[in-house]
Amino acid sequence: MNDIAISVENLSKQYNISVGTDRGRTFREALVDKILMPLRRLRNTFTHDTSGLDTESGLIWALKDISFQVKKGEILGVIGRNGAGKTTLLKILSRITEPTEGEARITGRVGSLLEVGAGFHSELTGRENIYLSGAILGMKKAEIEKKFDDMVAFAEIGKFLNTPVKRYSSGMYMRLAFAVAVHLDPEILLVDEVLAVGDSIFQTKCLAKMSSITKQGRTVLFVSHNMGAMGSICQRGLVLDQGSIIFQGPIQESIQFYERKVLQKRFVNKPIAERKDRSGTGDVKLVDFHIENENGEKIEKIHNGNTVKLIFSYRTRREQGAKNVDLNIVVDRETGESVFQLGTRFTGQRFKHLPHKGYIVCTIKRFPLVPGKYKLNLYLESEMNPSDYIIPLTSLDVVDGDFYNSGYQVFENESKILVDGKWSHVPS
Amino acid sequence: MEQMAPPPTIVVKPSRGWVALGLKDIWEYRELLYFLTWRDIKVRYKQTALGALWAIIQPFMTMVVFSIFFGKLAKIPSDGIPYPLFTFAALVPWTFFSNGLSQSSNSLVGSANLITKVYFPRLIIPVSSVFSGFIDFSIAFIVFLGMVIYYGAFPTIAVLLLPLFLLLGLTTALGVGLWLSALNVRFRDIRYVIPFLTQFWLFATPIAYPSSLLSEPWRTIYGINPMVGVVEGFRWAILRTDTAPGPMIFVSALASLALLISGVFYFKRVEKFFADII
Repeated sequence: MNDIAISVENLSKQYNISVGTDRGRTFREALVDKILMPLRRLRNTFTHDTSGLDTESGLIWALKDISFQVKKGEILGVIGRNGAGKTTLLKILSRITEPTEGEARITGRVGSLLEVGAGFHSELTGRENIYLSGAILGMKKAEIEKKFDDMVAFAEIGKFLNTPVKRYSSGMYMRLAFAVAVHLDPEILLVDEVLAVGDSIFQTKCLAKMSSITKQGRTVLFVSHNMGAMGSICQRGLVLDQGSIIFQGPIQESIQFYERKVLQKRFVNKPIAERKDRSGTGDVKLVDFHIENENGEKIEKIHNGNTVKLIFSYRTRREQGAKNVDLNIVVDRETGESVFQLGTRFTGQRFKHLPHKGYIVCTIKRFPLVPGKYKLNLYLESEMNPSDYIIPLTSLDVVDGDFYNSGYQVFENESKILVDGKWSHVPS
Repeated sequence: MEQMAPPPTIVVKPSRGWVALGLKDIWEYRELLYFLTWRDIKVRYKQTALGALWAIIQPFMTMVVFSIFFGKLAKIPSDGIPYPLFTFAALVPWTFFSNGLSQSSNSLVGSANLITKVYFPRLIIPVSSVFSGFIDFSIAFIVFLGMVIYYGAFPTIAVLLLPLFLLLGLTTALGVGLWLSALNVRFRDIRYVIPFLTQFWLFATPIAYPSSLLSEPWRTIYGINPMVGVVEGFRWAILRTDTAPGPMIFVSALASLALLISGVFYFKRVEKFFADII
């Protein structure tokens, strides 16, 4: 008995991203092209010039020569940065778009969740949208009717069932959309980054539902940036980078591989002193940087709630040192949104005079960020002039350090930062 | 234990040239066709003050304007039928056609979000938008029947053939709709072509005037415009004009079928690019 659910062989997908072809060409362009083609061909045969034909510019391989297999009942996590080809892979497997080369064989009924709320119409009521979205995702009417009550219960929208969804809060909207999506139960499920929305209680509910789905022997292909969810749901992992598979194996190993190799590549991995992606006069320059914990041990990951020391090693251009030096760090989310900044100007600690070389230490007690990936930007100034701006300097990997000593892990969607506070009761 | 049918194996690979129609796939998704049609109908007149009245206003006002300018002022002949009745008999199927055409032409582009995120046979989208026009047609048709009674022009047995002419109108709308919707994905120029196209087509079709203005063989050749057959067929079936099914309507039926078949094939051929270029 054949127990392979998905078999992918040498799959490649090429996109044309040049202007004019990706968003509706105009008639005129196409006509002119068609008319000029024979002329160009003629010219090319004489001059052996092929520049007018099949220019490779603007063509990119979103996937290149991908081969893998997924067994029945297996849950495969696809890991990779944005643009690595994860969504393209899911789109090909769910037949939304065709591959350019190669083929995939899929045995079993496929359901794909590339977007939550696909096909929702804002003018229709919750009830109507359940039917519509269900049908679009591939459910039969009888199936929707059978699961209708479960979906309504899952979405917790009870009395708003007959209200147009345009009057829903965004939370209600997402819950309803999810309710329909998680009740889709095909033999093979393709899921793209859809669990990353909604409040945390609902997210937990969705994850629980997801893992119960996966325990019913369904084959699942799961794409997410939430490594925690990946680790707990998937069995095997597949790491994509620039359209190629660079690692396949058990999920934990895949996650480690990804975090080690791919994430680090993002930041220029050469010694800071040699980096060119910086600006400023260079009167004072950063030559090295690392992070330490309370005990002075070098660390890679920051546990929130713990003391963190950012160690900046610098050189001044002149032997005699530099005057009036300011340091300012800005921590951004991966999305680019700033979380906090901390400068010597804020703390009133401008360095009136710095010797030729040395270390500047920034100590942050009870590190206040929720787990996630951040970017650290450095702004070094002397005499109020930019001296060395490195944006970004490095990535910061913050993990849970039990900030409140309560065992409760606070997620990004619950609180942006962790406030050092306590609750108490005062008898009247 | 119940024997399960072996699960189907789908092979995803690049298709070349003219691809199979996949009509079986569409049958599989017939419920989605129903739901999308139902959605279009439900949504069409949401948050409008006059609602479904618009289905009547559009052909009715055109009829009034035509009756005044073409019927009264220009004294265009109307095959012995009261002019308002004569032109309204043509406007009812015409409105169904022109609405179906413009709705379906924009349907794919309007569903870009679905096309890039979910798989289902793409044909369903333009087809459902043509189908949803049946409701408007029915409403306008009831008004038309009222007019028929008002003018005392009771139809004969020929009225039984009316569904055939409606079918002819449907295949024409589908054929043109498929062509334009698929072209629109690639060339957004289509959006600007549609208002012109429907306007030209309106006057190229014997709506304000009878096809009897032409003599043979021109009248038969005129049938190349499939809407000629639809409109004159409608008039014959209800108003007993002398446009009984003949060479002209036969030519229209052929033209309509050619449009539909070529439309389906073209659509299937370019369908694979939709998600990438929409």
